Amino acid sequence: MSKQPDVRLMQGNEACARAALLAGCRFFAGYPITPSSEIAEVLTRELPRVGGKFIQMEDEIASMAAVIGASLAGMKSLTATSGPGFSLKQENLGYASFTEVPCVIVNVMRGGPSTGLPTLTSQGDVMQAKWGSHGDYSVIALAPSSVNETIELTIRAFNLAEQYRVPVVLLLDEVVGHMREKVVMPEPGDITLIERKKPKCPPEEYRPFERTPDLVPPLAVFGTGYRFHVTGLTHDEFGFPSNNPQEATALLVRLKKKLEHNKDKICTLRTFQCEDQPEILLISYGSSARVAKRAVIQARAEGLRAGMVQLFTIWPFPDKRIEALCRSVKAVVVPELNQGQLIGEIDRYVPTGVPVVGVNRFDGNLMEPSEILEVVRKVANKGCL
Amino acid sequence: MSERYEVRLSGAGGQGLILAGIILAEAVGIFDGKNVTQTQSYGPEARGGASKSDVVISGEEIDYPKAEKLDLLLALTQESYETYRGNLKPGGLLIVDSERVKLGDDVGKNTKVFAAPMSKVAREQIGRELVTNIVALGVIAELTSIVTQESLEKAVLQKVPRGTEELNKKALTAGYTLAQKSSVSMS
Repeated sequence: MSKQPDVRLMQGNEACARAALLAGCRFFAGYPITPSSEIAEVLTRELPRVGGKFIQMEDEIASMAAVIGASLAGMKSLTATSGPGFSLKQENLGYASFTEVPCVIVNVMRGGPSTGLPTLTSQGDVMQAKWGSHGDYSVIALAPSSVNETIELTIRAFNLAEQYRVPVVLLLDEVVGHMREKVVMPEPGDITLIERKKPKCPPEEYRPFERTPDLVPPLAVFGTGYRFHVTGLTHDEFGFPSNNPQEATALLVRLKKKLEHNKDKICTLRTFQCEDQPEILLISYGSSARVAKRAVIQARAEGLRAGMVQLFTIWPFPDKRIEALCRSVKAVVVPELNQGQLIGEIDRYVPTGVPVVGVNRFDGNLMEPSEILEVVRKVANKGCL
Repeated sequence: MSERYEVRLSGAGGQGLILAGIILAEAVGIFDGKNVTQTQSYGPEARGGASKSDVVISGEEIDYPKAEKLDLLLALTQESYETYRGNLKPGGLLIVDSERVKLGDDVGKNTKVFAAPMSKVAREQIGRELVTNIVALGVIAELTSIVTQESLEKAVLQKVPRGTEELNKKALTAGYTLAQKSSVSMS
């Protein structure tokens, strides 16, 4: 007889913490910040129970540094924060990307800029997730819109981090982080976990930044006899600083290709009402995607041919798939809880002449379906259809 | 119930409205088996300030997770009553604490109104004003069919601190009784 599914009412932040444990996370370093604090709160209790470590650091910067250290020592590591903390973590996030240290950074987005609206929602950090640190670096960013998706994408974040030796930013927003919904907690046997590739060669031959054909070099666990150098300076395959132009180019090219070449595997999205070539396509993510879905249902009821795409992966941006989905649309509508951020990226892949219109709310509240519907109606009446 | 039913529990921070929302959501979602989302908004203060907790109940998948047109509004303070009464849908149910909320003469037409001294009952009959939120849940269960009393009691007992089970059971019963004794008026 099969076991009864484990159905619970759970908050997004708690689901994130519990999914992290299921994914094998055994180290958390952080500094409490609204609206992410419940993630830390749950892990203070749960990590020691499974032999993991929880540490509250002196600040956000040190938390990110501790996560990098723990990961190099072999632990799947997590930190959780919100806008102001995410800003502070940027330098070390760039370091983790450049030194290819797998880790997961949760940013439960709240109203900004600066201290902003600590208890209220926003999607104001989606460009920061990609461009917040200096230099030409790459990360992966995922955005769930429900508590169940938070479980799924938290596990996926750890898997992607391990598979590609890359920091993964999990972008929740306050609505998703604090919302409670019915979830089915997966059993440990039901999920696939990916572990980082370890070196098979003897320690003296190990090159931690080797240009392997799959672009992801194996990562040795510190303290297992593989001694290697980790630096934020541009480095050669052994990890030692190098000013050699060929070495610098090779490293930067490999790091970019690592995600670019695997984009099809990394990027996931979901379509709704797209089977009949919709004329108006809504593209959204996170909590606003739920509002967009309602607006599509309402628009369809009015006879408007609307459909939607919900992005689960924001970075790398699923350019080819968006390009294909937008090929025959008459207009694109982009609901976001900011003054228009991802719309710029989306616009690059929409055919010239097709209007791309934002629906933007940034007062700390989730937009209402009627706000999106109104724009859909306007676009439909403009005669561009 | 396959149709969407939207509840807003509102008042001041510290009145336990977010907890009441969680209890209601747990009762409806886990024990009664419906789909449910519970969301909330609160200010940066730990106490005082405005606080609200929305519970959306449906037999179908819930897309928009917040309440839009309320089927039920609980208001425990004048401020929350003033702020949210406009969100009630025609025919919606307004439940207010009569000790704290003075209803305007212009209370929406076609609104069902239930006014009862929930905080007074909590204070004088149960001995703790703190359980006003649970008294209010009792009132809601008695006046509507959104949650069974059995599920609500299970959810309350699961969520309240140990040692306060009897107190909270009494509060629930006081809520049922209060709703049975008083009547809902149509404005």
